[in-house]
Amino acid sequence: MATTDPAAEALPPSEDSADGIRFEGVVKRFGDNVVLRELDFSVAPGERVTLIGPSGSGKTTILRLLMTLEKVDDGVIWVNGRPLSHMKRGLRLVPADEKYLHRVRNDIGMVFQQFNLFPNMSVLRNVTEAPVHVLKLSRDEANERARELLDLVGLADKADAHPAQLSGGQQQRVAIARALAMQPKILLLDEVTSALDPELVAGVLDVLRNIANETDITMLCVTHEMGFARDVSDRVLMFDKGQIVEEGSPEKIFSEPENQRTQDFLHAVLDQH
Amino acid sequence: MIWDWHFAGKILPDLLRGLVVTIEATLLGYAVALVLGLLWAVLRRSPSRILNQVVRWVVEFIRSTPLLVQLFFLFFALPSIGLTFSALVTGVIGLGVHYSSYTSEVYRAGIADVPVGQWEATTALNLPRRRVWFGVVLPQAVRKVIPTLGNYLIAMFKDSPLLLAITVPEMLHSAYEVGAKSLRFLEPMTIVGVLFVIVSVLSSLLLRRLEFRYGNN
Repeated sequence: MATTDPAAEALPPSEDSADGIRFEGVVKRFGDNVVLRELDFSVAPGERVTLIGPSGSGKTTILRLLMTLEKVDDGVIWVNGRPLSHMKRGLRLVPADEKYLHRVRNDIGMVFQQFNLFPNMSVLRNVTEAPVHVLKLSRDEANERARELLDLVGLADKADAHPAQLSGGQQQRVAIARALAMQPKILLLDEVTSALDPELVAGVLDVLRNIANETDITMLCVTHEMGFARDVSDRVLMFDKGQIVEEGSPEKIFSEPENQRTQDFLHAVLDQH
Repeated sequence: MIWDWHFAGKILPDLLRGLVVTIEATLLGYAVALVLGLLWAVLRRSPSRILNQVVRWVVEFIRSTPLLVQLFFLFFALPSIGLTFSALVTGVIGLGVHYSSYTSEVYRAGIADVPVGQWEATTALNLPRRRVWFGVVLPQAVRKVIPTLGNYLIAMFKDSPLLLAITVPEMLHSAYEVGAKSLRFLEPMTIVGVLFVIVSVLSSLLLRRLEFRYGNN
C-alpha cells in the first residue's frame, strides 16, 4: 500500500524482516478443545495458499487469527516482519492490545462465508466505509475507487442498491470489493462460496480468479471448491486435527496425495460433487 | 354531587395548561431517557471490566428505587449540597434518569441482536470504534427496538403525575388546585382521566404506525 503507514515507523521490523506470513508454534484452544497445536508454517508475499481439510481441523481458525478475530494461546504470528499477535515492549513480546491491533491489521482483508455486508448501508457505502473512515480518503475519491471495484466484480449497476436486494452471489462479490477497497496485501477467503446456491458459485469464483490473475495480493483461502483451489493455488496445505499433515503443489496434492488422511478427505469431498 | 358542565368548561383551560406541562415534561424526560439509556447500553459493552460493572450496578440501583424517592432526593436533598434546579428541570431529570434504566435494557437487547458477523466485519475493515457504533451497530440495533422504546414513552406519560409531589405545575397539580379552591373534585379529576386516555390512545396509534414502519421486517 502506497499510503503512509504509521505502524511501520512505530515498530522496527523484526530481525529477519521476511515479508509474508509466518506462524511460529501457534497454539489455539477453545476450552479443552485444542484447535491448533504448535503450528508452524509460512506464506511468501504474493503466494496463493489454499487450506483444505475436514471441518474442525483448524483452517478457519488460522484465518480468524490472522484477522485478529481470535487471540493466540501460545506462539507468535508474524506478518511482514511484525508480530501480529504480540507487540514489542522493550525486548519482550507481550500480547497485542486493541490499539496496536488497530495499527497492524490494515494490511489484511477478509471475506466471510456469510458476507457480513452492512444491511443499513447501500452497496456503495459498504465499499467506501473503510476507505473514508480508516484511510481518510475524501468521499469523492472513495466513491471513484469503489465504483472501479464494483465494476471489477461485475456490479457497477448495483452501487445504490441495498444488500437485501441482492442475491447471495452478488452480496459476496460486494464483500470482495469491500475488502479490496482497503488495498490489503493479504486477502483471507473463508469458505466464501459455502453459503451460496450452487448456480451462484461460479460467478464468485470467476471474480476471485480474475483478482488472482490481475494482482499480486497474498491469498489464503479456505475452500471446498477443489477445482478453484487447483486453478489459483501455488500451494495446498492439508490440515487435520490442528496440524498440517501434507503440503505441496495443487498438482501433487490433488493428483497423487501421499498421506492417507489426505486421500480419504479428497475422496469424501469429490464424492459429493 | 352532580356533574356541572358549566364548572367543567370554566376549569378546562387551567387543566389544558397543566396538560401542556405534563407533555413537556414527558417529552423532555423521554429525550433524556433515550440518550442516557443509549449511553448506559454502550458503556456496558466497554472493554473495561470496571467501567462495565460500575455502569451495571448504577443502572440496577436506579431501576430498583422508586421514582418518587428519586424525585424527592433530587428536589429536596440535592440543594443541601448546593445543586438547585427548578421543579420542572428536576422532574425532567428524574423521569429521564429513572426511565434510562429501562431504555438501556431495551437498547442492550437490540445491540445483542446484531449478528456477531457484523462486528467481525468492522474488525476486518479496521473501522474505528466510533464508526463501529454509529455507522454499523446502533443503526441496526435501534431500528429493531423502536416499538419497544415507544411503549416506554406512554408508560412515562402515565408516571408524570408523580411530579406533582415536587410542585411541577402539571395536569394533576392543576386539577388538585382547582379542586381545592372550589371544593369540587369530580369534574377536574374526571377531566384529567379523560385527557390522559385521549393522549395515551393517540400516542399508541402513532406508535403503531412507527411499529409498522420499523417493526420486524
